[in-house]
Order: sequence, then structure tokens, then C-alpha cells
Amino acid sequence: MSELKDPRVRSSECRRQASAAEREWDEKILRLALARSPERSAEFTTVSGHPIRRLYTRADLTDWEAERDLGRPGSPPYTRGIHPTMYRGRLWTMRQFAGYGTAEDTNRRFRYLLSQGQTGLSVAFDLPTLMGYDSDHALSEGEVGKCGVAISSLADMETLFEGIPLRDVSTSMTINSPAAPIWAMYLAVAEKQGARWEKISGTLQNDILKEYIAQKEYIFPPAPSMQLVTDTIEFSTEHVPKFNPVSISGYHIREAGSTAIQELAFTLRDGIEYADSCVRRGIGIDLFAPRLSFFFNAHNDFFEEIAKYRAARRLWYQAMRERFGAKNPRSWALRFHAQTAGCSLTAQQPYNNVIRTAIQALAAVMGGAQSLHTNSLDEAWALPTEGAATIALRTQQILAYESGVTATADPLGGSYFLESLTNEVEKGARDYIARIDALGGMVPAIERGFPQREISDAAYCYQRALDRNEKIVVGVNDYVTPEEPIETLEIDEAVASRQQARLRQLRAERSSDEVRRGLDALRRAASSQRNTMPPLLEAVKAYATLGEICDALRDVFGTYQEPAIT
Amino acid sequence: MLIAKPGLDGHDRGAKVIARALRDAGMEVIYTGLRQTPEMIASAALQEDVDVIGLSILSGAHNTLCPRLMELLRAKGMNDVTVLIGGIIPEADIPGLKQAGIAEVFLPGTSTQAIVDFIRQRLTSERQGV
Repeated sequence: MSELKDPRVRSSECRRQASAAEREWDEKILRLALARSPERSAEFTTVSGHPIRRLYTRADLTDWEAERDLGRPGSPPYTRGIHPTMYRGRLWTMRQFAGYGTAEDTNRRFRYLLSQGQTGLSVAFDLPTLMGYDSDHALSEGEVGKCGVAISSLADMETLFEGIPLRDVSTSMTINSPAAPIWAMYLAVAEKQGARWEKISGTLQNDILKEYIAQKEYIFPPAPSMQLVTDTIEFSTEHVPKFNPVSISGYHIREAGSTAIQELAFTLRDGIEYADSCVRRGIGIDLFAPRLSFFFNAHNDFFEEIAKYRAARRLWYQAMRERFGAKNPRSWALRFHAQTAGCSLTAQQPYNNVIRTAIQALAAVMGGAQSLHTNSLDEAWALPTEGAATIALRTQQILAYESGVTATADPLGGSYFLESLTNEVEKGARDYIARIDALGGMVPAIERGFPQREISDAAYCYQRALDRNEKIVVGVNDYVTPEEPIETLEIDEAVASRQQARLRQLRAERSSDEVRRGLDALRRAASSQRNTMPPLLEAVKAYATLGEICDALRDVFGTYQEPAIT
Repeated sequence: MLIAKPGLDGHDRGAKVIARALRDAGMEVIYTGLRQTPEMIASAALQEDVDVIGLSILSGAHNTLCPRLMELLRAKGMNDVTVLIGGIIPEADIPGLKQAGIAEVFLPGTSTQAIVDFIRQRLTSERQGV
């Protein structure tokens, strides 16, 4: 491999002017202290490799104006949060991602989590569902119900939400390539329950760009995928106004190994790309922008993460006003969900993961998150057991009710260190956004492999730092002890055969004429670039399966293969 | 050596980092890319005449995919290929995987050096006929 440039060390130079007092401290006190006992390391960096100085003072904030750059919560530039009272008014939504096995299994876990004080649902789908295959497809073998719940048709979706009133519960669904048909199934269930679409709320992840960049669960090529995303945004503005049709996600970008700055930059640039696509379709920015939501990672480096969330709000506010001319303050305010970093969990000494998760969750709260998922201690081994998932939820409840950090908005605002770091993260992200603009936007940048390559370089640099013990992970490359295995969740291997039997029965009982008509109408809409949501609703109500629907779209759109970048 | 990502999962951070680390350690590495069936992996291994196959699996499908691959390799007469897995693998599944012929299972937190050392040692002892 050629010489690797460390993309993580890209310090934004700060113009420092040392005061007389500072010079005196440097010469008289610091120098002596360093002579007596040198620092532990020549260089201190964040987990992303961003350099951190010894001390931050007012001299680090020469270009910074409190009124302009900090403002007040609930008003531009939203550095301090999007609500004037923040958590004094309303706590964040505690939303634990869950799903495994059949729809019945997950329905049971959902009811348990709601009974334990969880305030919103979040559905994890299995890989066949995420990739648009039915549970009985050959490629689904071994994967059914494994890392999420298997949903092959409206019948499964009805079971998933049985006894859960969609009028009262908000639901987040982590689904991307097949987001439109899955959302159609959800809307059909709501309709059957008598919940009016204008009243229901929730979030569809539906962020296809980060799939090409990081998580790689794509089916169709970028252009038709953008068409589907735009269809759902357009449909939501007209019919389901309280739903967030897309959750623009940095989480997976970070999990793939990016730095905090890359996570922020690529996510916001993805958001700009979706907004551009809607504006090109003729939807007014202030009609849809208030419903765009974001999803960020909460990683180990406490201050870097808080700086990232604060910089995100400032950058989005500027993008909405300057690029898009948005007039509605609700378009300016960036709302986000956070999830603690799955990639930071260790298989070794798994109980340490409870502490890691608590620190990460605290960063998300100090950064002003609107909703939060905390990971379970056993997730480097398997999907969480009920006991482990309960501790994760309790972690949020302890932060909310015991820690005291919810009593004031942006408790760290005005800290020399945090404000400097916020400025540096903002500048780093702005530079990346400019580079992607110069490439013609995110779709061309993806086609040239730009974000993919930046992330894989950062991931490799981090791994090398671990291998050389330049970064320490407790229990992994230091403080290692022999240990006993922990109890993990086992997924019943009979899930696949139960799902296959259900599908056989469904196909025998439904009207195949209705299914065919629905799928034909879908093909026509997709190929003539009409909104696909109305025919999708017809097709799912006729119990066309997810696999059949995605096959119809594959006929029209084709599929995507990425060039392998290592 | 062949690095392969079987199944539907797209999380390729581990596969790519390992491919790069092994290449840096001087090995000749082929990365198959995403969504390879056991059949595709076995054919690629035969065609490229590899000594080692490294599988990256995080989705929980290892108990289905690994025994299938081992069967296909045996059917093609490739009994001497060393097959390794890295990923999210519950402890209880490891004995079954080894019984199916998997040489080693590397869990999260393994250093790339440990994997390089394992492969070197294995190949040296095989060549010496140990």
C-alpha cells in the first residue's frame, strides 16, 4: 500500500494571541511543571485524531462572538439547542431499537419496552427485508429474523403492531432501499386501526445516500433511489404531515470508521442533496424542510461529540437560510436522534460497555438530542437479551431523572474548550462540504468513491493506532483479564420455516388478480416518474409481498453494484 | 488469500481493514466485494488457488453459511484451504464452527497482527507437513 495520509489529523489552525498573563504562566509555571514531570504524550488527540491543546482560554475565541455564534436556545444559530427550554420542557424520546425473529416475537418485545417506560418504538428489520427479499427467497437462507424482524407483507406488519395503537405511539423504522413499500404497509395498518394519517407520527430512515457511502444496503442505482425518497417526502407533505419521511444518518458513516468531522460533513451534504431533489421537483423548501430529521452517532470522545451536535445545528441553519432561502424557523432548526456507538462496544469484559454507553449517552444529552437509543452491553456478541436491553433503557432514565444535567439548556455553553472545538469541527465539516460541492454534489462524489475512500482510510488509521497501542481500549489492548462467557440471545432457527409457511398461506389466500394489477400500476408509475406511493398502497393492501414489489421496481430501475474499494 | 463477505450484510469495515492490513504485511489478498454466496466464494477460491479464506460475518448467518462453504470446498477437493471467520459470533457457536472445519474464529477486538501471526504460523506448519 502506498504511503497513507492520516485523514484524521487535519487541524484547523487557530489564530492564538497569547496575553501577557498567559505568557507569564507559560514561562514561570508551565515550563517548570513540564521540566519536573513531562506530559504523558507528545500529542493529545480525540478518538477521531483531532488535535487537542493543553489549555483553552479566551485567546482561542478571538473570532467568536457570543451573540452571533452562541445565541440563545430555540433561536438562530441554534448552537444551544432547538427549544427555548430544552429538557426543562420535555425530555428526549427514549427510543430503543428492537426487532428479531417473527412479527409475533418483536410485538412481544415492543409491548415489554412500552410497559417499562419507553416512549417511542423503533423497528429493526432483518437483512432479507432490508434488501427487499421475502423470507422464502434463496438468498434469505440463514438470515431470516436474525438481525431484526422479518416482514414480508402487510400481514406481518399487522401482527407487528397488534394491540399497539399507532395513533398514540410514534414509530421509527430503520429501512432504506425498500422504505417506500414498508411505509405503505405501516400506513395501511394505521388505516385499518382507524388512526388518521394526519395524526400519526414517526420516522422513516429512508436515507439511501449513506447506504452507498457506508452501510451498503442498496438495491437500485442512485438516481431512481433518489426518485423514491423524493416520492415519500412529497407524499408526507401532502398526506402524513407529522411523519419524518427521512432521517439523514451519520450513524452508519461513523460506524464504518469515519471521523466525527467526516460523519458531520457527509450527513449534512446528504441532507442538502435531498433538499435539492425536492426543490427540483417543485416542492417549496418550507413545505418539507421542517420534517427533515437527522440521526447521529454518540461515540466515546465526550467533548468532540457535543461539539459535533452543536456545529451540526449551526451549519444546517446556515445551509437552510443561505443555500435554500428557507423562511420558516422550523426549517432552520436541525432535530436529531442519537444512538450510542455500536463499534465502540467490546466483546471483552462486556459489562464495561454499560459505562461506555452511559458516557456516550450523556454526550448526546449535553448536545441537545431529541431522541436517543442506548446500546446494550452484549451487542458485540449477539442481539441484546431482555435484561441487557433493560439496563440500556435504565441508563437513559438515570440521566433524565438523577444526573441533574437536564435542568438547564446547553450546560457547557461558553466553555473555552467546547466553543473552540465546536468552531473547529464546524470548519472541518465546511471544508469537506465545499469539496463535495466541487465534485458536483453527493451523487457524483459517491460515484467517484470519494466519501467511501475517506472513510476507509480513517478506519484503517484507527485500527493501526489500536494495533500500536497509541489508542487504548480497556479490556482489549490493555487491562486484559481472562473471563467467562456471558449469556446471549439465541434466535430460534425455526423462524425461517414459520415465515415460509405464513407466506405460502398468504399466497394461497389472496387474490392474485389484485396483486398483478397493483404491481402493474406500480411499474407504470415508476417508469413514468409519477409518485409511486399511491400504487404502493394499493399493492400492499392486495397483500403483494415485499419481494414481489421490489422485483417490480428492479424490473424498472435495475440494480446497483459498487466497485470494491479496499 | 481471499477475503470474502458472504450473505446479505453490507457492513464491510472489518473485511476492508483486514484486507488492507494483510496486504501491508506482504500477503497477496483478493477481496470479493459484497453479497457473495458460498458457491461464489468456493469458485473464486478454486480459480485463484488460495491458501486461506477469511470470511467476515456480522449478521448471525454463520451457522448456515460456514458449513455450506466447507462442504463445497471439500467437494472441489480443496481440503487443505484454511478457512477463518471474523465478526459477531456468539461463544456457544464456536465449537460447532470448528467442528465444521473452520480453523479459527476471530472476535471483535482482535489485533490485525494476531491474524497475520496466525496465518503465517499455520502456513509454515502446513508446508513443513506438521
